[in-house]
Amino acid sequence: MADTHSVIGTKNKKGQTFTDTWKMMNEAPRTPSFYTGSEVIKEALRRASCDVMIAYPITPQSEAAALIGELFAEGYIGDYFRGESEFAVMSQCAGAAFGGARVFTTTAGPGTMRAMENFPMWSGARLPIQMIVTCRGINSPLSIQPDTLEIAYLLNTGMLVWHAETAQDFFDWILKGYMVSEEPDVHLPLALCCDGFFVTHTKDVVNLTPADMCLPPYDPYRSPVPCMDMECPPVRMMRDPFIMKSNYISYATHASWQQEVWAAVERSRKHTIKWLNGLIETENTDAEVIIVASGTAVSQGREAIRLLEDEGIRCGLVKIKVLRPWPGEEIREATKNAKHIIVPEFNVTGWLAKEIKATIPNSERVNAGPRVCGGMTMPPEIIVSEIKTLLGMRTMSLAGRGS
Amino acid sequence: MGICLPNPGEAHINGVIVPEEKAYEEAAKQFLMAKVPTLFPGPLVLWAWNEKAAKKATAIRHLYNTLKECVQPGQTPMLIPMPDYRPKYPKINPEVEINPNHPNLTIWHNKIDCCMFIGVHCHQANLSLKIIRGGTSCYTIAMCAQAGHEDAMLSFRDASVEKIMKLADAVKRLKGSVKPRLTSAKHGA
Repeated sequence: MADTHSVIGTKNKKGQTFTDTWKMMNEAPRTPSFYTGSEVIKEALRRASCDVMIAYPITPQSEAAALIGELFAEGYIGDYFRGESEFAVMSQCAGAAFGGARVFTTTAGPGTMRAMENFPMWSGARLPIQMIVTCRGINSPLSIQPDTLEIAYLLNTGMLVWHAETAQDFFDWILKGYMVSEEPDVHLPLALCCDGFFVTHTKDVVNLTPADMCLPPYDPYRSPVPCMDMECPPVRMMRDPFIMKSNYISYATHASWQQEVWAAVERSRKHTIKWLNGLIETENTDAEVIIVASGTAVSQGREAIRLLEDEGIRCGLVKIKVLRPWPGEEIREATKNAKHIIVPEFNVTGWLAKEIKATIPNSERVNAGPRVCGGMTMPPEIIVSEIKTLLGMRTMSLAGRGS
Repeated sequence: MGICLPNPGEAHINGVIVPEEKAYEEAAKQFLMAKVPTLFPGPLVLWAWNEKAAKKATAIRHLYNTLKECVQPGQTPMLIPMPDYRPKYPKINPEVEINPNHPNLTIWHNKIDCCMFIGVHCHQANLSLKIIRGGTSCYTIAMCAQAGHEDAMLSFRDASVEKIMKLADAVKRLKGSVKPRLTSAKHGA
């Protein structure tokens, strides 16, 4: 029987030392390295003691999936293959996780949408699969460019949803993500999202933990449900499902089951705060104007804040790291002094602004934009312009805005 | 109940985090007050799939025997297993088993007013605890081997043979000092 703690200090077949994750992430020396986001995914996975990786090629995650294939060839991954489609991939991930494996996959855009049926199933079955979502456009006409609309669809699946700003976030959160999602009181899948291309295909300096250290292996005996067993739910429920019974008992069971999944999302809060040092990060929250964003919109917000400072305008920042569980209390506290809350987003619907409006008092303070979509970039100047307009200041004319 | 689970060395009573020692006393008191104090051992301790499970099963039997020794006339301790998690159709036999998909039936049938889950996988324990809380007034205790259960009215965490024995000791210690409830209400006290 596996015991996570008993292997600490021993070596795996690649000569890596199973290391206490807290020490590995917080105390071990870091080496600055110049990598793309895709390469960072590979380097994180090299240290993740991952049993199974399955993916299907779709831009912009294909490069990461291919690089992880190299890891498999080097012997760092237990098993690795390409599924027949994203739907097949996510089903195969479920099979591997049901069997007690630590599972990793990557997807993007239409692939995420195609596989969508699997995600509430993963949550309901309490499978702690980690899925990297390198967000891109999902709509017709086809676009492979960055766009975060697919995150909106993931928010109500019962998965944990984190949104990385940088490649450094990515490296750290892949490893920490397993620690949160594999806790027995959580034990849920994690969708670790980033903005495709901006993070995956851009080189950045990332501080890596030593390559000869790796996470302790997953211990399936801590799972809140039995490993795959055809006589027990969740497998048995598929074969002889109470969902097929129309009676009060089946409804009560289903209601409790759903409530338990969302209770587990809530319970992840305690562990996520510990590992990520909070669900949000803040700067200058005493300012009258605060930018609240997630993903690379945070980076653009930082640059806008620098430009505004040059003009003597003080602006605060809230970086939302975790979307599920939703950091409502933290956002309320961070924005309590703000007169204007600016929410820049890389999608057409403004799902983040809607979430924030539903969270805070006096939601008319929320300015749902600026928004770009379909692969457009977001120059910090348009955030600056939006803020100056709100403040009743003269702003420069921006092409395409008619101002 | 809230969603904050205890850290190692702690337990919770009605959602309030307390030192584990306090929880032994309260759990023992609840057992001794109840008309039908009941243990619900689950698959993790019912089957001798490793040495630790077998030892836990022996400790649970000891706790049950201790309850029988310590209660007063009119109190009826029970030990009802949750052998598996399959929904039981068309009908469960609530006298001999409990099931996470309809645990309230076993509570109602036996008029159980205090119960403790042990050796049940956390997800199924939480399903059971939610349904019992929603449909009965039974006092629920969880002796969880992992992080504990917010849906129980009292929850231990990191259950071990030693902890089960400590609970049995607390029951022995409080024997005769706790006044049992005289009546058991319909569908649980």
